Amino acid sequence: MSQTLAEKFYYLMKLGREFEIRCKEEYLKGNISGFLHLAIGEEAVHVGAVVGFGKGDLFCPYREHVLALARGMDPRLIMAELFGKATGVSKGKGGSMHLYEPKLDFFGGNAIVAAHLPHAVGAAYARKLMGEKAGVLCIFGDGATNNGTFFEALNMASLWEVPVLFLCENNQYAIGTHISKSSYLKDLYLKAKDYMPAVQIDGMDVFEVYKAVVEAKQYIETYGKPYFIEALTYRYEGHSMADKGDYRSPREIEMYKKRDPIDLLLQKSFKEGWLTEEQVKLIDQKVEAIVEEAVAFALASAEPSEEELYTDVYCGVCSDVIP
Amino acid sequence: MLYREALNLALDHAMEHDPRVVILGEDVGFYGGNYKVTEGLYVKYGPKRVIDTPIAENSIVGTAIGMAMMGLRPVAEIMTANFAMLAMDQIVNQMAKLRYMSGGKVFLPMVVRMPQGVAKQLAAQHSQSLEHMFASVPGLYVFCASDSISAYHGLLYAIRLDDPVIFLEHVLLYSMDFPFQKVENFDPFKARVLKEGKDITVVSYLKMVHDVLKACEWLEKEGISCEVIDLVSLRPIDFETIYHSVKKTKRLVVVYEAPKTCGFGAEISARVSEELFYFLDAPPLRIAGEEVPIPYNRKLELMAIPTPEKIYQQILSWGKRHGL
Repeated sequence: MSQTLAEKFYYLMKLGREFEIRCKEEYLKGNISGFLHLAIGEEAVHVGAVVGFGKGDLFCPYREHVLALARGMDPRLIMAELFGKATGVSKGKGGSMHLYEPKLDFFGGNAIVAAHLPHAVGAAYARKLMGEKAGVLCIFGDGATNNGTFFEALNMASLWEVPVLFLCENNQYAIGTHISKSSYLKDLYLKAKDYMPAVQIDGMDVFEVYKAVVEAKQYIETYGKPYFIEALTYRYEGHSMADKGDYRSPREIEMYKKRDPIDLLLQKSFKEGWLTEEQVKLIDQKVEAIVEEAVAFALASAEPSEEELYTDVYCGVCSDVIP
Repeated sequence: MLYREALNLALDHAMEHDPRVVILGEDVGFYGGNYKVTEGLYVKYGPKRVIDTPIAENSIVGTAIGMAMMGLRPVAEIMTANFAMLAMDQIVNQMAKLRYMSGGKVFLPMVVRMPQGVAKQLAAQHSQSLEHMFASVPGLYVFCASDSISAYHGLLYAIRLDDPVIFLEHVLLYSMDFPFQKVENFDPFKARVLKEGKDITVVSYLKMVHDVLKACEWLEKEGISCEVIDLVSLRPIDFETIYHSVKKTKRLVVVYEAPKTCGFGAEISARVSEELFYFLDAPPLRIAGEEVPIPYNRKLELMAIPTPEKIYQQILSWGKRHGL
């Protein structure tokens, strides 16, 4: 691992963490509404995966702020979207769960569990048909692996030989139901191993996530076939801001916080000499300024105009390729 | 030209001119389609563009959405509308919403084709008419075709559109032979006046249109002149054409195969009542399916849906009650 990578990881994970802590505050102030799902505690998976995957289409679940930030989405446009403003990345019509930017190959933000898995398979099929090599990254939670669409998507991806990296972030809870009550198989990668190479990794260690994703990307693009990673992780907050998360003992949460992904990254980076205290301080200042600017931008932005209610339902355009 | 041949011609034409057009669905490729709509296309365009899928309706539509997001123009076939109930998440929560939720950034140039309706003794899980379920969802276009002209042009228009379209066919129409000619500037958003008349406006679509036309022939002999309107689009509905006709006839009948409750008759007669209440000489009449699952027994099956005889009799007795 290089110094540059450690610096990049720290910057993105810290940005994700601080951005979401601020989201929580703005939610409590009433500036953000609706369902707000925070990824605090899961940053190593999100940052390690997006950085490791590099170029390629990205399909995400509703817990996607950090994924969007890691992909390079403008924090101001994300915050404005959360505030429901016209300047938001989805014009204030999507909110927290629906961030889209095709220019960044970022295709949501989907709020129906497992529904975006077939989208990723279709996207990979299309890329392959058009002669492009780039694979597709599809991220979803442990809850999705109990849904029929999950198995449909795995089957089709393997059958059609399309380059999708299925990345399951296993935080052990489907809202308030522990995995022991929802899944017969406890090791979720076993659900995929008969379809494709499937591994289980430590999702709290960004270096491990990065390494596994780089390898997986190489595999899917070399062989044009799918691959599965289960990353073991934990969310500190409730499922969304509407959920206190009190079905878990404080002891359990504290135990996971002892292996906080940002702390782990710093410990390792200091030990290896990849980062200095001074660098960290500078990054922290930069992150603070970015988050502050994002909130200021969102606050200053206008509400969508009334006409926007009716736009974007249809585009109404016809292609003229077919005579 | 047979209805299914017209659909096939539209698909062939689209695939020939636009390499982005792909077909996917159960049995659509090697087998040629369960209603033979895709016959010959597998051989002509190959398995990469005519894709046989597992029986996984939700992911047939789901993968088509992913393909459309990347710029392909997929035409997904769901074997029957009954099976589309397994794909309602992808149709309602995904296909209809992605454009809006993304603030217009996501385009879904795709079509989901499916036949519906009562064929012959296929029982309750293969006989439903479910158009109202799709047509109640903003973000979808819902087209339907009652003959080979609207089948060919309607489907071609749907494939050209950069928006998602549900394209409804009727099981019994596939083997029916209709006069065919290519039409300039076919507009699916414009309802077709199939027959002009002065006493009653009868609105229908899909296979029921033909039952209506037959009943109207008999009604003419009773001295009742019917104007027959065929809806080519069920979302949006061309109310202008309906209003224009009802202003002239002052009487509205809506005929459809689905159960009466919450169906198209309710929507159309409510709109006409709202807009043209003081023009009307009679309360609108709905002739529709019974409030039952479709039974297997042929006698019971025919009792469950409108037939030309029932349409004729119901219009006649309703007309008599209201001064015709």
